[in-house]
Amino acid sequence: MRIVAILSAIAAISAGIIVLLGYFVSIPPLPDLRLLLTDWAILIAGMAVLVGIYNLVAVQMEKIRTRQKGGAYGALLVLSLIITFGFGLLLGPEDPWMRLAVEAVIVPVEAALMAILAVTLIYASIRLFQRRMDVMSVLFLLAAVVFMLAIMPTPFGPIPGDWFILLVEGAIARGGARGLLIGIALGTLLTGLRVLFGMDRPYGGN
Amino acid sequence: MIALGLLGFAALLLLGLTLWRRRSRAILRPIDAYERLNRAVGLAVEMGTRLHISLGRGSLATTRGGSALAGLAMLRRLAERTSASDRPPVVTSGDAALAILSQDTLQSGYRVAGAQEQYRFSTGRLTGLTPFSYAAGSMSVEHDENVSANVVIGDLGMESALIAEASDRENSSLIAASDDLSAQTIFYVSAQEPLIGEELFAAGAYVGAGASHEGSLLVQDILRWLIIITILAGSFLKFLGMI
Repeated sequence: MRIVAILSAIAAISAGIIVLLGYFVSIPPLPDLRLLLTDWAILIAGMAVLVGIYNLVAVQMEKIRTRQKGGAYGALLVLSLIITFGFGLLLGPEDPWMRLAVEAVIVPVEAALMAILAVTLIYASIRLFQRRMDVMSVLFLLAAVVFMLAIMPTPFGPIPGDWFILLVEGAIARGGARGLLIGIALGTLLTGLRVLFGMDRPYGGN
Repeated sequence: MIALGLLGFAALLLLGLTLWRRRSRAILRPIDAYERLNRAVGLAVEMGTRLHISLGRGSLATTRGGSALAGLAMLRRLAERTSASDRPPVVTSGDAALAILSQDTLQSGYRVAGAQEQYRFSTGRLTGLTPFSYAAGSMSVEHDENVSANVVIGDLGMESALIAEASDRENSSLIAASDDLSAQTIFYVSAQEPLIGEELFAAGAYVGAGASHEGSLLVQDILRWLIIITILAGSFLKFLGMI
């Protein structure tokens, strides 16, 4: 087990360093190696989807077998998956029946969830003051309402001074968003470096 | 060349500060959400309830994978800390590779804690491959599995509202952070104590994941100050018409 852990760490760290150097240094064979390793990663990610789907089915089957809560939904999920997968293999993804499965089932279900989302967001905003009654929450809701008033269409045309609201609040919002994104970029950089140096090993064994 | 130089500088700082942090522990500013997380872990173990950890759907092949890796580092530590619990945490994700890594991380955590028998393959789950199917699968975990706290850390979008709402309906704690701005907005209104921006990447340091996490927080601070100084200097020079 220890040897497997060491080997997987060596493979991950060396692959990471080669891919990273391949981005910055164009000395052969680094760029070619980077492309090769990226191709391998894509292949492995494709296989991971199959393993993930197996995991999804196995979890639902266990739910059904042990008669857990929601087992009936699990059975429905497994049955739908088998039927769709089987027909997909037989008919191909361009078949009208397969397209119907997507257009008449998956797209409407996701659209319905999107609609629920709108209601959920309004409800969450209303409940914000119940959760936290502080200056930042008041500012947050005030900014959201004023901004929406400025951009929404009204029967009487644009509200007076909408350009000023968009100018001031837009500049603040853009500045804030950029600040957050810079912070996230720094966090991502450092997380990547930790994995690259083997300080974090999410691939197990440590 | 500037990017490579910045990368090298960050790498050197990380190595140096990690070594320094191994000798002396960092004093971290209190973040309410992580204090709530630490309390929730203790309560879940004592009450025999579950933690639900959702790692989002950030593909590791993209830049969105950074938040997923931060979530995995936190998961590893949480797995160790909850290894004494009768009900191990359930981890959900919306990316297949991430689901496999979450299983591996759980297994490693239990192995280190000497409780390998606690590991079940069904505790690391792929709940869906599209944003909404992932959210729907995570919602059912919150509803069916006696969950007392939901820790949602990773790359999520608008679908995070459904996960947050399910947590609210089940009356369980929600500790949530995302690298996506729309999800951050949603968590700001839904979570009891929201985590904003790069606070997501501090998760490891606040759950005691080690010196490297504390070191990387320090490096983030140093780099942030350098960026602030550069922006201010650039603006000043532009104002003077020198650039």
